[in-house]
Amino acid sequence: MTDLTQLGIKPLRDGVAAGEFTAREVAEAFNAAVADASALNAFIVTTPDHALDAASKVDADRAAGKALGPMAGVPIGMKDLFCTQGVQTTAASHILEGFVPRYESTVSQKLWDAGAGMLGKLNLDQFAMGSSNETSHFGNVSSPWRRTGTNAPMSPGGSSGGSSAAVAARIAPAATGTDTGGSIRQPAAFTGICGIKPTYGRCSRWGVVAFASSLDQAGPMARSVEDCAIMLGAMAGFDPKDATSLKMDVPDWAAGLDGNLAGKTIGIPREYRMEGTDAAILDSWERGKQWLRDAGATIVDISLPHTKYALPAYYIIAPAEASSNLARYDGVRYGLRDLPDGAGLQDMYAETREAGFGDEVKRRILIGTYVLSAGFYDAYYTQAQKVRALVARDFEQAFAQCDLILAPTTPTASFPLGENSEDPLAMYLNDVFAVPASLAGLPAMSVPAMQNEGGLPLGLQLVGRPFDEQGVLNAGLAIEQRAGFSAQPDKWWC
Amino acid sequence: MSSYRIHGATGDWEVVIGLEVHAQITSNAKLFSGASTAFGAEPNTQVSLVDAAMPGMLPVLNAECVRQAVRTGMAIEAQINKYSRFDRKNYFYADLPQGYQISQLYHPIVGEGSLTIDADDKAGIPEDKIIGIERIHIEQDAGKLMHDQHPTMSYVDLNRVGVALMEIVSRPDMTSPAEAGAYVRKLRAILRYVGSCDGNMEEGSMRADVNVSVRKVGDPELGTRTETKNVNSVRFVMQTIEFEAQRQVDLIEDGGTVVQETRLFDPGTGTTRTMRSKEDAHDYRYFPDPDLLPLELGEDFLAECRASLPELPDAKRARYESELGLTPYNARELTAEVETFARYETLLAETARRAGKSEAEVATQVANWALSVAPGVFKSLGDDADPAYATAQAQAAILELQAAGAISGGQAKEIYEIVLKTGREPGEIAETEGLKQQSDTGAIELAVDEVIAANPDKVEQYRGGKDKLFGFFVGQTMKAMQGKANPAVVNDLLKAKLG
Repeated sequence: MTDLTQLGIKPLRDGVAAGEFTAREVAEAFNAAVADASALNAFIVTTPDHALDAASKVDADRAAGKALGPMAGVPIGMKDLFCTQGVQTTAASHILEGFVPRYESTVSQKLWDAGAGMLGKLNLDQFAMGSSNETSHFGNVSSPWRRTGTNAPMSPGGSSGGSSAAVAARIAPAATGTDTGGSIRQPAAFTGICGIKPTYGRCSRWGVVAFASSLDQAGPMARSVEDCAIMLGAMAGFDPKDATSLKMDVPDWAAGLDGNLAGKTIGIPREYRMEGTDAAILDSWERGKQWLRDAGATIVDISLPHTKYALPAYYIIAPAEASSNLARYDGVRYGLRDLPDGAGLQDMYAETREAGFGDEVKRRILIGTYVLSAGFYDAYYTQAQKVRALVARDFEQAFAQCDLILAPTTPTASFPLGENSEDPLAMYLNDVFAVPASLAGLPAMSVPAMQNEGGLPLGLQLVGRPFDEQGVLNAGLAIEQRAGFSAQPDKWWC
Repeated sequence: MSSYRIHGATGDWEVVIGLEVHAQITSNAKLFSGASTAFGAEPNTQVSLVDAAMPGMLPVLNAECVRQAVRTGMAIEAQINKYSRFDRKNYFYADLPQGYQISQLYHPIVGEGSLTIDADDKAGIPEDKIIGIERIHIEQDAGKLMHDQHPTMSYVDLNRVGVALMEIVSRPDMTSPAEAGAYVRKLRAILRYVGSCDGNMEEGSMRADVNVSVRKVGDPELGTRTETKNVNSVRFVMQTIEFEAQRQVDLIEDGGTVVQETRLFDPGTGTTRTMRSKEDAHDYRYFPDPDLLPLELGEDFLAECRASLPELPDAKRARYESELGLTPYNARELTAEVETFARYETLLAETARRAGKSEAEVATQVANWALSVAPGVFKSLGDDADPAYATAQAQAAILELQAAGAISGGQAKEIYEIVLKTGREPGEIAETEGLKQQSDTGAIELAVDEVIAANPDKVEQYRGGKDKLFGFFVGQTMKAMQGKANPAVVNDLLKAKLG
């Protein structure tokens, strides 16, 4: 019998539908793989019964001749930023340790409705703040990849590092991610998988622990472009419970996939050729251009002149929103409460938040509080919003000349855990190519391109016009078809 | 200009007052969640996941609250901002689950407007005065801490969390406690006319932050102000101003300076005390709420809001004077409260219908009845009166009998007393209880003749020029008729016979 864990969303779903194997067999195979892979620390909690129950329902529905959903029989990993009813949801923080929601996030509910089951809650950077999965209260996630000839544990990227590690290690066929400033794309690039952040507003934020509301977007992380298209279709859709949700129909992206890019123009932003970018990354970019040309597209140079201001602006706006969004974790109603004897309300706040938040979260709360303070607001927050508008205008102007933008996803390949953890600025630079599309709310995807000399995966990023997920996916498909990326990490973890 | 002055040791001082009124918007659901807004429920029973600020919860704007705020703005003839936005006001407190209040600092929904307080000589307001209103914005209410439930802990009730408030910010245009009181009453009347707030100050539906400063009469500079929070009755607003103004004058005259600070009013003593000084003031770190899109209002929506506005107090009052011919006093009294004009207009319509007359023809009679006669009767009966019997039909029947001369004013009161106690029908009461006056000329003429015959000396004096004696003849005739003669008929006959 085939190793079911080698299959992605589409072959699993189609195999279940065709009766080649049962959904329960699929769930059991992945549950076993998850149980064997604790060395990766990809999951905070596992939920094998959830996966089995969903699978049994799919099998019963199939036996009864009922129509099956687009994710039927596919067990997935759920980033632990999505609230899941009856299952602990922590955002990888101590302050929410033990918190069990009595509600289900819109996105996770849509996935269950589409026939998916849950293998468990995936580890992440605490409150999605981080680019290496080293800020989790529940320990670092190890990438399944290692640099050739070394045993140093590598970063799976962040913040969706549990998601990327699980999908790359074949212990989950797909996983949810969230992307605020690269948190889907950068880990996808680091681990040789696909991940798409849709247009802001495509996926409901209801029930997703908030980091920076104006930037947070959920999206799928999977092994192929087609799998991303299928899963994104199941996640997206208007939600009246989210005021920033897009009131638009969800196209059938999977059905619309087409790798022929004849007539398409691809822009190459000159400002993304930055100092400190790996030679291998630049090489992958060159290859990417050729692949898209081979797919029929025209390549043009474009300019995104405000690119260098995007990262600083992001690190004002995102912490500002976070400092306010995280105020609710105060020890009053749920989660951690640290109330020393005789302490008053202010002491309770201070003790609870001191004990409950990790260093990176505290750093961002402090930055955010500072930039919103009286006397600094205009100099930082207002200015950053202006930059954000200019970055968005850059893209608008660029899209007058091209249909899509091709760029590297990250300036470097994955790095060993611990290498950047003492230097926040070096860590923040990881997202330098990812952040502009986040500020502009644009759909953006990372697809695997090649391996560097150390055998580590590199990703290419495609950025599209608002609502043009289809264009992004199609160009992603064109790259996927030509890159022929099939490398898998050695299975050292079990 | 108000003549209200604080007479200090160094001279006369005037007071400058601005009010920020928080009015709970009448709506079934909260501003950003579907939870109920009903008053008086068990603690923490009207709390949605959004109100409790559970992780991942998001606010969704309640359009009804927007509609009510816009209608209120229109009622004070204010600028309605087609573009407004919600901002977060960040601070930590146990009654504020989100850690921020969603409000509108930078772009409020309603801009500059005004209302007119009415001249009231008794209160020292010599003429109508326009009070500027700077803005109205929409915001969330907070919850309530309960400190009396446990010896060492405080409890939190989140029922009020997220209830929609309008904050109505006046210009510092008021210069006496009376003007401030009149402003609150007028604002309350407008809100209740519009139906955007029930104005119930006891239940906390309306409360005011009172800003007070003092300056020497004629000084163009404003003094340092204090803000006294959450004052919840008209009387307390006035007391706050009286106390604060005197306190500030005493302080300055004793060589001190007024500190800009937030104060609390103590209803027990009628005094205010420091709540927090400027040094402890929060830095609220306002910024646009990224969970909510800017609020943009379309022309259709605005037109619908405008069309739904009722006749407002000033317009109604003017119409009562011009169309119904009421006195300015009656017009003002009748339009001051929603219940008063509603009762009046119902009774007016019913009375005119019964009499087959226009409303203008019976308006004054009905106004006198509604403002003084009926409330007087009602009050005199105390608990014996059943309000359910005070129907427009019954009252109109009484007014009809009176207008037709069938009963006297005194009899009208007596009949109404019986109506209020028993619910019996006025016409039947008049018949059964003998509460009808005699308009039969024959019977009255007989009585008049007897009175003239019995008092020849008085007749002589009257005819000799002592006009005042006419009242004596009326009294004697009425006495002979046991008070049931129609006074108009009595007058006519006496005049004719006495010559």
